[in-house]
Amino acid sequence: MSDPVTSAQVKTARWALWLPLVLFGAFVVLVLFGLLRPAEREVRSKMIGKPLPEFSLQPAIADRPGFARADMATGQPRLLNIFASWCIPCAVEAPQLLALKQAGVQIDGVAIRDKREDVEAFLARHGNPFARIGADNVSAIQFAIGSSGVPESFVIDGKGVIRYQHIGEIRPEHVPVILEKLQEAGR
Amino acid sequence: MIAEFGLAALWLAAALAALQLLAGVLGLTARGAELGQIVRPLAVVQGVLTLLSFLALMVLFWQTDLSVKLVAMNSHSAKPLLYKLAGTWGNHEGSMLLWVMVMGLAGSFVALVERRLPEPTMLATLAGQAFVSLGFYAFLLFSSNPFERLNPAAPEGQGLNPLLQDPGLAFHPPTLYIGYVGLSVAFSFAIGALVTREVGPAFARAMRPWVLGSWIFLTLGIVAGSYWAYYELGWGGWWFWDPVENASLMPWLAATALLHSVSVLAARNALRAWTVMLGVVAFSMSMVGTFLVRSGILTSVHAFAVDPERGSFILALLLINIGGALALFGLRAGTVTEGERFALTSREGALVFNNVLLSATLGIVLLGTLYPLLAEALGAQVSVGPPYFNPMSAVFVVPMLVVMGIGPLLRWRRDSLARVRWSVIVPLALMLLTGAAFALKGVAVLPVLGMALAAGLVVASLLPLRGRKLRQVKLPLWGMVVAHFGVAVALFGMACDSAYTTEKLVALREGETVAVGPWQIDLVAIEPVAGPNWTALQATLSARYDGGSAVKLQPQARSFWTPPQQTSESALETRWNGQLYAVLGERAEDGRWQLRLWWKPFVTLIWYGGVLIALGGLLALLGRVASDLRRFIARDKIAYRKSRQGR
Repeated sequence: MSDPVTSAQVKTARWALWLPLVLFGAFVVLVLFGLLRPAEREVRSKMIGKPLPEFSLQPAIADRPGFARADMATGQPRLLNIFASWCIPCAVEAPQLLALKQAGVQIDGVAIRDKREDVEAFLARHGNPFARIGADNVSAIQFAIGSSGVPESFVIDGKGVIRYQHIGEIRPEHVPVILEKLQEAGR
Repeated sequence: MIAEFGLAALWLAAALAALQLLAGVLGLTARGAELGQIVRPLAVVQGVLTLLSFLALMVLFWQTDLSVKLVAMNSHSAKPLLYKLAGTWGNHEGSMLLWVMVMGLAGSFVALVERRLPEPTMLATLAGQAFVSLGFYAFLLFSSNPFERLNPAAPEGQGLNPLLQDPGLAFHPPTLYIGYVGLSVAFSFAIGALVTREVGPAFARAMRPWVLGSWIFLTLGIVAGSYWAYYELGWGGWWFWDPVENASLMPWLAATALLHSVSVLAARNALRAWTVMLGVVAFSMSMVGTFLVRSGILTSVHAFAVDPERGSFILALLLINIGGALALFGLRAGTVTEGERFALTSREGALVFNNVLLSATLGIVLLGTLYPLLAEALGAQVSVGPPYFNPMSAVFVVPMLVVMGIGPLLRWRRDSLARVRWSVIVPLALMLLTGAAFALKGVAVLPVLGMALAAGLVVASLLPLRGRKLRQVKLPLWGMVVAHFGVAVALFGMACDSAYTTEKLVALREGETVAVGPWQIDLVAIEPVAGPNWTALQATLSARYDGGSAVKLQPQARSFWTPPQQTSESALETRWNGQLYAVLGERAEDGRWQLRLWWKPFVTLIWYGGVLIALGGLLALLGRVASDLRRFIARDKIAYRKSRQGR
């Protein structure tokens, strides 16, 4: 009679001891692929390359009109800037927006969760680069175009298609990039 | 000065680690035996230096020293003190320093207290620990220096991600890190044992407290993280199979398997190669998890500051550490002598099943986590979520829970199922009845399975205590019973949550009422409120359970200004039989407010169960440490007597 106690101890084959290393090798290959892929490493809106969604915004202040989706498809590329008077980086980017306006860029603003007096005070202090300013009190547009915060800027081409997204404040070194993207969108 | 002091301490610690590695390796040779004597002191000093370095960074955060880049990027002078301190580890560089500190302190502790193992194995272990540490020192010093200065100093800091400004999250990362990095000791023990081929009960007993301790912290870290995600993200769920969650679950699964196999090795001197293997795998999973999270290779809601260069650095570390350890395993495991034999139906047999099933679950989670990457390599964009993870993990977890009920009743070495059949009949009957009752009510398959198993396990987990005098039951046995009972409790919570949650998305005006499950909820008012570094809209809800007295809930939509971000603070009302969960949403055009309301029966049992599991681990750890101490003292006494007699 053989001892029944032996039944569970099967001698492991020598090659099986290398199996973990082989699996790990496969993992490394996979991960190397992932690291080397040319990837956009920032969160980008899924909406890039797609037309703007339907929206219609009330004016945020008295002396600039609000706007709707239809106003964005004017045949000329425009910059859509999402800002708020309570947002400090928005104040930081104000000079760059003014510079873009000087360069002839049409800029439309969306004030997120803001009050008329605050927006007016903000623009009085930092300058008003906007052709139109819509009020978005519920962040509806923000969600619809896939923006994750303020400030953000979108390059919209003449047909109302989103071509480029800039996350965060526009710093001086970003101005040429945005001008270039606007030119591309105008072609 | 403080920053420079911290950096100097870090460099010095790295140098000592290099010396420790060298002395450890030379100490193993016949000529260098004397060098081996400095290894333990080196490990101790190295640990102290990492502690000093970490404390230096903490002081910088406490003072909000804006001339240090890391502080300027991640803190703000207007932040509450708790979050200033928590900011130390709430970022990439600081958390890596925390990692290195835990590793250094663990190494010193091993060097100070571990006296059971033969000296060569100890040398190899400490050399292994130094080797792994060196890689992380290099990572910190060359690519993630936390003490880098900013010239000129920033006028104000940029703040800490508001989602992280929460007391639960202040302590969640360090808890998880202690768990992750504690496993490095098990890893080093495995390396040491492979080098000297000394795999046996002494090795298992030396390793066990480390595995237990790390496992307790990992369990608590996961429970805390799950509860944080539940109330802070405002999605009403408690587990999302997010890569970051999986990154903490995978080492936990490996550590759980290791915990069980190390018991077999300690008690029966079986499963030798397998235990060594798991020792390597557990810490490897910690490193893989960290890599996946930090490299930005997978998309996750938890994205850390992502940097491909750092990713490559950690990958190189993985290659060297894990690849090296697995190669050593391939070379040496075949020469580790075979352990004791046992029958399939025995305590060992059940633990082998448990190990195989836990490893399979680990494989499933790893595959699901990496699958999006694999698919991308093949040219497709996919995301893998609960529809994959839930059923696939259930395939392995369900049989594992059955084995968990029966295994502890079996004897070591050899037993028969016939012997225990009368013991398991009560839990089995309870399981079938519960399953049938809920199935007839029309509950879905997985929750029914969950409730049935939970009912059976609640009884089965207590069975090992049957026929024993409770006062004489040893702590480790209590630990097992409590932990297994905790699994049943958590399982019941999960099943109830998925079967009986009521969810409502409503738009209300102030003064209007809505019913959710047994609750009547009035929207009393919406008002603005201000906190130290945020403003918020706050809804006041008055809720009555089943016509009882009213309780107040105040969910908020918060706006932080440094950095500008909005978070929703859910409000919870906890009763013994569940939780009411409220989230304030957007304002609709007509002046109504969106509210998301959930009634979740028994959902809290998930986390209570998790805490019980950790408590079970703690009892087992205390029991083991106490008996080790007793043995230690007894041996000292004998040695003392002998020395007296010899005089």
